[in-house]
Amino acid sequence: MKATVLVRPKHGILDPQGQAVETSLRQLGFAVGEARVGRVVDLEVESNDPAGARAEVERMCEQLLANPLIESYEIELAETPGD
Amino acid sequence: MTSPQPRIGVLRFPGTCDDRDALWALAALDAEAIFVWHTETRLPDLDAVVLPGGFSYGDYLRCGAIARFAPALEAVAAFAAEGGLVLGICNGFQILCEAGLLPGVLRRNESLSFVCRDVPLVVERTDTPFTSRCDEGERLTIPVKHGEGCWFADDALYDELEANRQIVLRYAEPVNGSRNDVAGVVNERGNVMGLMPHPEHAVDPLLGSADGALILSSLVEAARDRALAAV
Repeated sequence: MKATVLVRPKHGILDPQGQAVETSLRQLGFAVGEARVGRVVDLEVESNDPAGARAEVERMCEQLLANPLIESYEIELAETPGD
Repeated sequence: MTSPQPRIGVLRFPGTCDDRDALWALAALDAEAIFVWHTETRLPDLDAVVLPGGFSYGDYLRCGAIARFAPALEAVAAFAAEGGLVLGICNGFQILCEAGLLPGVLRRNESLSFVCRDVPLVVERTDTPFTSRCDEGERLTIPVKHGEGCWFADDALYDELEANRQIVLRYAEPVNGSRNDVAGVVNERGNVMGLMPHPEHAVDPLLGSADGALILSSLVEAARDRALAAV
């Protein structure tokens, strides 16, 4: 299966990168409220069982992909074509 | 009997860059300093460990996030669990936080700019193996050079650290957006410390300041005490 992990700065955590992006977008004339910058990790997981794959990716997030002090994460799963 | 030279290991990862300065400074302060490569699964016989600055494993993902899985770091965690003295400087501090050996996390500087200059620090605590040669409230001048030195802890964690007196050093002026200007912390037991400033770059007046020697010689002295106690 394919897994996409979205890692975001937690709500309420100052995000200077997002602020810089927000300022730049405004300078370009775009009307934006708040911008926040996170990270996307695309993974191919060997398991074809959605529940098992999700549990495994969750462990990856807890152990490495996100730092729970400052980041939250979301996992999206999709079947690999041809499976 | 002459007092023995304590043996202090300086950890090297791919991407570490302050290892030689740390080794030189510790030797100048009368320690026997040796390098320890990151793939070692067991530490040699050591009285203290220093994790120097740099960009371990390219600092991919988050600074220190990959290095915390190095075999040598497991050995350092075991060493710390037995009460061994561990000092993390800059990237070493980031690694110790990611490894859960120190509280909090180091984030991108609030300014998004790399900061490289001498900064004034205030010593909050002198009853640690890393600050015993300082006076409480003493001001030190030690350089920083980092892009990700903004220390963060949420309210609950910060209150707990204050209550336990785990904040050891603070910046005397805003430097990187660190919560309450925290520059250095210890673990609850007091045998593991991390700081963003570089004491190894400030051990001689020729370098602009010798205040870093107060931190490192405190460590050397504490390591010597441990070596003597083990004899």
